[in-house]
Amino acid sequence: MPDPTTAPLVRARALTKSYGDFQAVRGIDIDVAPGEAFGFLGPNGAGKSSTMRMVAAVSPVTSGELRILGLDPATDGPQIRAQIGVCPQEDTLDTELTVRENLVVYGRYFGMSRQRCRQRADELLEFVHLADKAGGKITALSGGMKRRLTIARSLVNEPRLLLLDEPTTGLDPQARHVVWDQLYRLKQTGVTIVLTTHYMDEAEQLCDRLVVMDQGAIAAEGSPRTLIEAYSTREVAEIRMGVGDNAVAADKAEGLAERMEVLPDRILLYADSGDAVLEAVHARGIRPQSTLVRRSTLEDVFLRLTGRSLGE
Amino acid sequence: MTPPTPTPILGLRLTPMPLVRGGWTRVIERTFVVYRKAWLVFLTGMLEPLFYLLSIGVGLAALVPAFTLSDGTPIGYTAFIAPAMLAASAMNGAIFDSTYGVFFRLKYQKLYDVMLATPLRPRDIAVGEIVWSLGRGTVYSAAFVLIMVAMDLTSSWWTWLALPAAMLIGFAFAGMAMALTTFMRSWQDFEFVQLAIMPMFLFSATFYPLATYPEGLRLVVQATPLYQGVALERALTTGTVGVEAVGHVAYLVVMGVVGLRIAAHRIDTLLLR
Ligand SMILES: Nc1ncnc2c1ncn2[C@@H]1O[C@H](COP(=O)(O)OP(=O)(O)OP(=O)(O)O)[C@@H](O)[C@H]1O
Ligand SMILES: [Mg+2]
Repeated sequence: MPDPTTAPLVRARALTKSYGDFQAVRGIDIDVAPGEAFGFLGPNGAGKSSTMRMVAAVSPVTSGELRILGLDPATDGPQIRAQIGVCPQEDTLDTELTVRENLVVYGRYFGMSRQRCRQRADELLEFVHLADKAGGKITALSGGMKRRLTIARSLVNEPRLLLLDEPTTGLDPQARHVVWDQLYRLKQTGVTIVLTTHYMDEAEQLCDRLVVMDQGAIAAEGSPRTLIEAYSTREVAEIRMGVGDNAVAADKAEGLAERMEVLPDRILLYADSGDAVLEAVHARGIRPQSTLVRRSTLEDVFLRLTGRSLGE
Repeated sequence: MTPPTPTPILGLRLTPMPLVRGGWTRVIERTFVVYRKAWLVFLTGMLEPLFYLLSIGVGLAALVPAFTLSDGTPIGYTAFIAPAMLAASAMNGAIFDSTYGVFFRLKYQKLYDVMLATPLRPRDIAVGEIVWSLGRGTVYSAAFVLIMVAMDLTSSWWTWLALPAAMLIGFAFAGMAMALTTFMRSWQDFEFVQLAIMPMFLFSATFYPLATYPEGLRLVVQATPLYQGVALERALTTGTVGVEAVGHVAYLVVMGVVGLRIAAHRIDTLLLR
């Protein structure tokens, strides 16, 4: 019998998902420990949602092994779904119900008592700062409010495991910070969180551990810090040249930094000291229109691993 | 935006959530919550068959002389037509709920996707939708039967079985319509449903006896589900029940059960992919 306090809540081995001939997930291995915040970071079409839907026990596994809370989704779907909370990528709020009814009725789907559902709805509306909208229509909510309500809905059944597919996509920076704060507080109470994102700052803020996913496969795994240490340098110097001058400048800058990435609009020079690199750039007679020295981020890790930036 | 306040409520539940029994009741409960705000819409659904009955009973019946049933019983035209209206309205109500309603929730509202993310299963959804549609139809049919009795359009104690018969008709059509809906690709496809309902409504011995048709056509008419319903209702309200009634009942039961199973299976393959 595995120890329930450390046995992984999600365990996948050689997990794949195909839609017809197309393989969206190409054999991934993951373990999510209790209490952990685990992230999938990857660009559009990486297979994040496909993976999340399998973990949510709403999409059958094509091949490989998947256990959620120790259960097999192929046979124990309802038992798994009873204990997890799911926030899908697209808001699927019930537009025929009010804000509060969305939570109450959802709780009833889980077989919770009416009284408990009502109590839970009020607590959660408070938690996501939507109590003043309780009787309002869904269509009257802003995008950020809908997202927060969807997150609240995923918490109605007090899940042990929370699955969030791009929780803050489409939100303005302030609304994202509100959501991050709420997720952080949830994590403090011991809820295990699995989330997907294509925002590296979100991954850095929220995830204890993450995998970089690209074209259905896992390119790297680790904590944000270890990934940055392993795949990037401490600092990055960015230089912007005039239109069309990139290639020439890149030739001249060859060998100045540990590694160089030439993007359409700028050149990235990876080194432990960005300022030292910039001095060397100037010494070689390169005259950028603007320069910037910053710390390495997961974006740089992604670029290194896939040769593309996350936004592409 | 208010500053975040600490909430102690988000603790971990250590005991596993018990499974939902009778999940389909939760599907119906949601519909209740929706209709609670739209009870007027609910009530107006009752009016359509009544208008038909009144317009025919007052207008058309005056032109049509009373005629006799196949067993020689004389009967007024309104009394002849009323059970057919009852059957047709049970069909229409069921089809409306299980086509447009289900398609909207399946494809646009994504309601079933939401439900399937919870412990509810495809079969809970199919059963819940059909039972709701049946319940609503029952209210309408009951009102209709009461009015028939009040207008003295019935001539037998069998009439009291007209209501369960209407429920059976509703079940049969709801099951089949829901199954068909899961195959629909767009709203245009519903034209085919209309294309099937309209002639069925007009030609299923609704407005005149089956004997009017030549032999070959009679078989075609008898094969339609609405004819089965009309014949059953007419036998009950006019008190001319024979062994054929068993056949009508069996036909409708099979149609509903098969439809329900197909619908549940299709929701499974469509949404859990
Ligand atoms: N139901 C489906 N049928 C066919 N192909 C699908 C289906 N769902 C996803 N795909 C394909 O699988 C691949 C991965 O999709 P997925 O939604 O998992 O990506 P993602 O990482 O979530 O992307 P995004 O960041 O855009 O949400 C894509 O190429 C997509 O077109
Ligand atoms: Mg996605």
